[in-house]
Amino acid sequence: MTTDSIPVRTADAPPRTAPKSRRNTAPGGQGRRLFRHPGAGRQHHAGPVAYILLGIAALFSLFPLYWTMVAASTDNTRVTQTPPPFLPGPHLLDNLAKAWQDAALGKAMLNSLIVAGVISLSTVLFATLAGFAFAKLRFKGRNILLMLVIGTMMVPPQLGVVPLFMMMAELGWGQKLPAVIFPTLVSAVGVFFMRQYLTEALPDELVEAGRVDGAHSLRIFWSIVLPIARAPMAVLFMITFVHAWNDFFWPFIVLDMTNPTVPVALTQLSAGYVRDQSLIMAGALLGTLPLLVMFVVFGRQIVGGIMQGAVKG
Amino acid sequence: MAISTSTPPDGAPGHTLPAGDGTGEDGLRRRTLLHRLDVRGAPYAFVAPFFVVFAAFSFYPLVYTSWISLHRVELSTLNVMEWVGFDNYTALWDDDRFWNALINTITIGVLSTVPQLMMALGLAHLLNYQLRGSTFFRVAALTPYATSVGAAALVFTMLFERDFGMINWMLSLVGVDTIDWENNKWAAQTAISTIVIWRWTGYNALLYLAAMQAIPRDRYEAAAIDGASRWQQFLKVTVPGIRSTIVFTIVLSTIGATQLFGEPLIFGQGPNGITGGADNQYQTLGLLLYEEGWKNYQMGRAATVAWAMFLLLIAVFVVQQVVRRVLARRA
Repeated sequence: MTTDSIPVRTADAPPRTAPKSRRNTAPGGQGRRLFRHPGAGRQHHAGPVAYILLGIAALFSLFPLYWTMVAASTDNTRVTQTPPPFLPGPHLLDNLAKAWQDAALGKAMLNSLIVAGVISLSTVLFATLAGFAFAKLRFKGRNILLMLVIGTMMVPPQLGVVPLFMMMAELGWGQKLPAVIFPTLVSAVGVFFMRQYLTEALPDELVEAGRVDGAHSLRIFWSIVLPIARAPMAVLFMITFVHAWNDFFWPFIVLDMTNPTVPVALTQLSAGYVRDQSLIMAGALLGTLPLLVMFVVFGRQIVGGIMQGAVKG
Repeated sequence: MAISTSTPPDGAPGHTLPAGDGTGEDGLRRRTLLHRLDVRGAPYAFVAPFFVVFAAFSFYPLVYTSWISLHRVELSTLNVMEWVGFDNYTALWDDDRFWNALINTITIGVLSTVPQLMMALGLAHLLNYQLRGSTFFRVAALTPYATSVGAAALVFTMLFERDFGMINWMLSLVGVDTIDWENNKWAAQTAISTIVIWRWTGYNALLYLAAMQAIPRDRYEAAAIDGASRWQQFLKVTVPGIRSTIVFTIVLSTIGATQLFGEPLIFGQGPNGITGGADNQYQTLGLLLYEEGWKNYQMGRAATVAWAMFLLLIAVFVVQQVVRRVLARRA
């Protein structure tokens, strides 16, 4: 920023905001300002109104989850009274145990864990490989192929669902986990995300140095790219995991209640199988819990990852 | 990927094998050949997994859908395909449920997308202030995104319950009569849109926030010299500055809206879910596709609905492009 912008700043904003925020962006978050324009971001201090509005927004975001817990900890008669309960009751553990059995959540959780785990691992691996190629390797048709990758983001999965179902029947994968896993082994968003990251974070000189030392491409990928890309790979893993865990449409079609993933098992709760509202909420809570725990632990990284991947979208 | 690993030499056994440092002339030639193969081939090997999986499980089914839509195929006998030409299409055109589902998809799409993106914009603007506890607010905003459709729809179905639901109870406190969220068409569509809005607003807000942080500060300073108020700065600097991100989220949300499935299905609680309520009052195209294929066992007709969804998407994009051009010309 040039010096002539200083009088402007004093004319408009309170004088201390600008230098302070600049100090904040410069030395603090080295890795964090990866895609950030230098000197970017307007950072007025938030006033009380902003805090109140944000507080309301946070309340709207979190209240349904809190209330799920409240409803899951009371019994059915209490939850169907007015005014509705706002504080947790004593039956949480009983209800969780019963919902676990009624909706066969044990099996569903294991299935979801396998599905989301395999999909996330393969997505991260293939996205990093392809992202590296698109970011740092020169080859014919690179731009066209990259456009294709981006174009595939626009194709909704529902359009191919009928033939896909027939394919799975033919392969004998109906009601089996491979039917859910195989179609989502790769992700265009993931490829794009890793390409964006590696374009900026991986210096060309490092790749060239590897070549001069006689390393072949896979070796460069293994010894140079992977260590550098560890952080975004973790982020991509978590985001993919959330998506795969929550994916509903295709698993609902191709799996049945004998072998469901969590979202599929949860429909059983609403479909009149269990009529006890507290139990329904207990099931919903159980199905969400693993991801909520992940959010409490890694929330900051997931937020950062979504923001990083977004800027150039 | 075999290209990039060293393959055993198939040269004559009499030749000396190239040492690790490749000093011999043969070794050198072989190494440069391998090297060239590696440099040329490895990129394709690296991007191949993506394209192979995509071609097999996304592109091929997409194309095959159109072929199936010209046939009569029953769920119980998937390998028996009877050619019927465009019968499925004319039948769909004459089907009231199709037009109903199409209109519902559009109205629920608008009801959920427009408020969602407006609120996300406001939320991003607030998050862009210098804040205490900004991480908390960001994570809180994103938490609904981690909730599965199933869980979210179950909770909101209860909150919107007619007799004991919390929302009707709160409305009664301010003197609003009981609303039948399930059976009243617009109320049901509003309730379903609320679930969508709740899950996706924070996610979009973070996308906007990221874009806002990339706007150079001098633009605000320039606007301030010109005497622009904060609101004017928001309209004239912030919104144009993140325009490409806004377009991106509109595209994403539109795709999401045309596919809407889980929320209305679960909101309908059981048998009414697939038909989108007792009077199809909130049946979307996604639900109609499922009903045709997996309840009425007509896969050919389901494929036709998929095609209709595809055409709807294309129509939306064309309209979007036209609107963008017109707006850009006016600006």
